[in-house]
Amino acid sequence: MATDKPITNPEFPGTDSAETASANAGTPTVESAQGKAVVASDLRPPKKSARHYLGLTGSYLLLTSLSVVILFPIYMLILRAVSSPLAYISAGQPLHPVDIQWDVFKVAFVDANLGRAMGLSFVVTMIIVTAQLVTATLAAYAFAFLEFPFKNVFFGLIVGTLLLPIEVTLIANVETIRRIGMLNSVQGLTLPFLATAVGIFLIRQGFLGIPSEIRDASNLDGYGHFRFMFKVALPMSKPIVGSFIVISFLGAWNQYVWPRFATDRQKWQTVQVALKTIGSENPERLNLSFAAAIVAALPLLVLLIFFQRQIVRGLTAGAVKG
Amino acid sequence: MSDIPTTSTEATAGSPDAPAMPVPLGKGVRRFGRRLSDSALAYLLLLPSLIVFGVFAYYPLYRLFWYATHHQSRFRNRPATYVGFSQIRDTLTGTDFKDGLLHSGLFMVYTVPLGLILGILLAVSAHRRLKGIKIFQTIFSSTVASSVAVASVVFLTLVNAEIGYFRDVSWLSLKNPTSALFAVSLSAVWQNLGLTFIVVLAALQTVPDELIEAATLDGYGAIRRFFKITVPTISPALLFLAIVLVVFALQAYAQIEILTGGGPSGGTETLLFKIADPSGVRSLGEKASLSLGLFVLTAVVAGAQFGIMSKRVHYGD
Repeated sequence: MATDKPITNPEFPGTDSAETASANAGTPTVESAQGKAVVASDLRPPKKSARHYLGLTGSYLLLTSLSVVILFPIYMLILRAVSSPLAYISAGQPLHPVDIQWDVFKVAFVDANLGRAMGLSFVVTMIIVTAQLVTATLAAYAFAFLEFPFKNVFFGLIVGTLLLPIEVTLIANVETIRRIGMLNSVQGLTLPFLATAVGIFLIRQGFLGIPSEIRDASNLDGYGHFRFMFKVALPMSKPIVGSFIVISFLGAWNQYVWPRFATDRQKWQTVQVALKTIGSENPERLNLSFAAAIVAALPLLVLLIFFQRQIVRGLTAGAVKG
Repeated sequence: MSDIPTTSTEATAGSPDAPAMPVPLGKGVRRFGRRLSDSALAYLLLLPSLIVFGVFAYYPLYRLFWYATHHQSRFRNRPATYVGFSQIRDTLTGTDFKDGLLHSGLFMVYTVPLGLILGILLAVSAHRRLKGIKIFQTIFSSTVASSVAVASVVFLTLVNAEIGYFRDVSWLSLKNPTSALFAVSLSAVWQNLGLTFIVVLAALQTVPDELIEAATLDGYGAIRRFFKITVPTISPALLFLAIVLVVFALQAYAQIEILTGGGPSGGTETLLFKIADPSGVRSLGEKASLSLGLFVLTAVVAGAQFGIMSKRVHYGD
């Protein structure tokens, strides 16, 4: 079902290019194949057949219906956020807003916990991203450029933390934080995340990509390790570092399980945790919870729009070679 | 070579026509850092990460074993007593663990194949040169911006028993344990669509056009082309996604707490929900034993992940 439809692919022109290219005995050269494709689709509009337009219409229909499926839940969220909860329910819960109240966002920010929760989330996220960047860069440098005894053992220790995500260690870590009196504190919310194995791997990979000639050149110039790290290695690994910052931000901002159990006071809820409680005690204020969800997703939406390339690179870092 | 920003006049002058100036790696490295030996520097650089991992990853593992081998009253009014492995054995063979495992497993079954199929469908649909395709691609990746908690609140508007738009659709009903688990899983599928779409699309873009065209000329139909050329090329990405989705399913928590609270009658209590135990019905020892169960499962998945990762490292070299 997922397979047949999208293949009605209009990009690969059938007839005319096929004849000429097949002269090459099944091994079309890069230039001829691509050249033909461009010519056929861009420079000869009059030759487009009815079948071509049918395929085009089908493509847009498919893309549009998929978009509707994905956007419908978001539409419902916005609808429920701006509609007055009771009026909406007595109107029979229709597909259009009822008795629109735009001030729901202001009420959520000022009267409910949302403003403080957003602020706390920003602080916590900034601390985590900055700390992860620093600790991961330092460790990655050691693994990429230095030889030292037990290097493999230490690398194994870092790899081993992949088996110990916060979900596994949750119970014990909550007890630790409780014992040292850091429940309900910024320290408690951030400490377990100040280092990250994934970040070390990513940045190390970036460092390893630096040609050894560059290291030798810096070396001859009398660069010390730290000058090499900050003036050469980091700037040359900018794309990977950028991707890491973005996915680190995503992860830190979206966290739920740890902030949920490292706090037991509403005052210390991050925005993700606050989503559960804002507006939930009173059906008349249910719209506050929906408004809060929109606000909680906004920073990431901005991130998605402005750092699309970094997000894609960060998310695919483990998936696609190169 | 020419576009590499050399920082040294010596090096540029030395390398092209005077190869007599070799820079042995070992010697060069030793010349870095005059005050500190390489080993000492390396340990210093590793120290911050190792402290964090020691305190918040390895020490907790030891504590989990400690809690799991000790019995402590739920109200902590008496000192813990050593009970050996009996508590771990009892917990991991008890109904609590089995139910949690069943629900987590079903969650996996509902989310992983469906997530992959929809991700491929979206990516293949959006992998074309059409006017406005960027808009569709942005829409398809938009759910990346939603966290688990946001996606759960979004799904409140759809499946909540009183106010959800689909409250009367029986196979999405939160009133019945089986359909409730499916409805909760759907929120995860929706939330992960952006990720799966982005990863599969990036993989599709690595399939060489010439290969597809050559296959077309050889008389391969669309479906055969897809399974013989596209799928093998993007299979590393699909494997990666499958593992990520399995991990997400193992760690599912917020959806359950926000949408069902574990109900109805415990029917959506996943393993992590039982470990986190928001209503506090289990003792620390039981929760630690369950955590060790989750640890073993995580280790199996991470083992597979590492196998794939190390293969990729070989490629990179």
